Amino acid sequence: MDTAFFPPELLRMLIAALFVVTVVFVNALFMVYAERKIAGHIQRRPGPYEVGWHGILQTLVDGIKLMTKELVIPRDANRMLFRVAPLLAFTPVVMPFLVLPFSENLIIIDLDIGLIFILTMASLNVMAILVAGWSSNNKYGLFGAMRSVAQNIAYEIPILLSLLSVVLITNSFSMRTIVDAQISGLWFCLIQPLAFIIYLVAALAETNRAPFDMPEAESELTAGFHTEYSGMGFGLFFLGEYTNMFIVSSVAVAVFLGGWSGLPLPMDAWTGAIWFLLKVYILMFIMIWIRWTYPRVRFDQLMNLSWKYLIPFALLNLIVTAVIVKL
Amino acid sequence: MSGYFSDLYHGTKSLLVGLGVTFREMVKPTVTVHYPRETLTITPNYRGHIELVCDEKTGGSLCITCGMCARACPSACISIQSEKPEGSKKKILTGFVLDFTRCSLCGICVESCPTDAIAYSQEYNLAGFSREEFHMDLLDRLGKGGSLT
Ligand code: SF4
Ligand code: SF4
Repeated sequence: MDTAFFPPELLRMLIAALFVVTVVFVNALFMVYAERKIAGHIQRRPGPYEVGWHGILQTLVDGIKLMTKELVIPRDANRMLFRVAPLLAFTPVVMPFLVLPFSENLIIIDLDIGLIFILTMASLNVMAILVAGWSSNNKYGLFGAMRSVAQNIAYEIPILLSLLSVVLITNSFSMRTIVDAQISGLWFCLIQPLAFIIYLVAALAETNRAPFDMPEAESELTAGFHTEYSGMGFGLFFLGEYTNMFIVSSVAVAVFLGGWSGLPLPMDAWTGAIWFLLKVYILMFIMIWIRWTYPRVRFDQLMNLSWKYLIPFALLNLIVTAVIVKL
Repeated sequence: MSGYFSDLYHGTKSLLVGLGVTFREMVKPTVTVHYPRETLTITPNYRGHIELVCDEKTGGSLCITCGMCARACPSACISIQSEKPEGSKKKILTGFVLDFTRCSLCGICVESCPTDAIAYSQEYNLAGFSREEFHMDLLDRLGKGGSLT
């Protein structure tokens, strides 16, 4: 191809955009299927079984159904905000893909502040939930949204604190530097086990998944903030949720589990992504497993867990790390 | 402050035990039945809608058209037609229609029949597109698949 017409940077952008969209959709398709299968087997039933071999095409068919459905806007809803909210939920969870280090060469942009970029984008998600709940003019939606805000504020602090204790060691927010530090040394889940556990618990709450699924508690709030959404509006929230799972797991892998490092493979700079994805999907499996094991926590328990346990321990861990690094 | 650390310890422990339980269940084989392809055997006690019993000797019904069942039915869902052919002493059954949309499956009709001409069927795949599908002509069904002996 004659690259004179395409500035390489533009080409990179195009490839990156395509790559991100593919990963988002394939991940969601796969995860919804995996979630339903695992949920089924935990409850001693087969899960989706009828569409395709062992129901493998089920999520594809569901996706097509969602896309062809009408987007109903409730009367008295704030039409503009109501339409914008799903996009707002979807865009920020896609952005972190730009800085995720899949392997040594497979990293779209290695920002100096990669970790901060991810955290910023992750916290935008709560905005989307608030807008969605607020604009749909529905009490369940509003309740769900309010809970989500309280929950996300409570759980972003332990996430930040636990990641900071790693940053204190690496002296950098760049995702590549953090992974490199683990390849030359020990994985940070061994150096910072407490931070790792705190991150996992808080990340679970950050993705609004059971047992922390207060914003969409089906049994209390019908569906919480997305009660009024139908068709692809709902579909985008759904995609957002599964992509968000992917993001928090990826951050955990990059920061605590050695990123792309693993047994050496040929063409390491590229194929390291296999190890990265393997670890990500193991973490996601654990998240699903947790969801189908525990009942939903009560709201005060949720707050207690964060303010009484996670934050004090994270702070303690941070201080100890700071002192040891200084010595 | 009391109980802070013991809460933490016991909470964590019970959470891990829970994960262990679900993991063990996950790797066990499933217990459900893939319905349209596999079916469970139905217990003989199953009480479906009523069906006329086929008389093994004549191949017809055992019904003597006494009308007890129709009278006993609390929902009035049985209607019986009969006629007396020329020169015959006995009436013969010419129509036995069950309006299953109203039947409460109480079984009083089965109890009240003096000749045990009706019994419960084992049919449970009862779905249809119109109400009329459940106005069942039991005499018509007699001898065709649905009949009982
Ligand atoms: S089962 Fe009860 S309701 Fe149904 S036809 Fe017999 S008597 Fe009537
Ligand atoms: S009670 Fe028995 S014999 Fe009498 S009409 Fe009904 S089915 Fe026939």
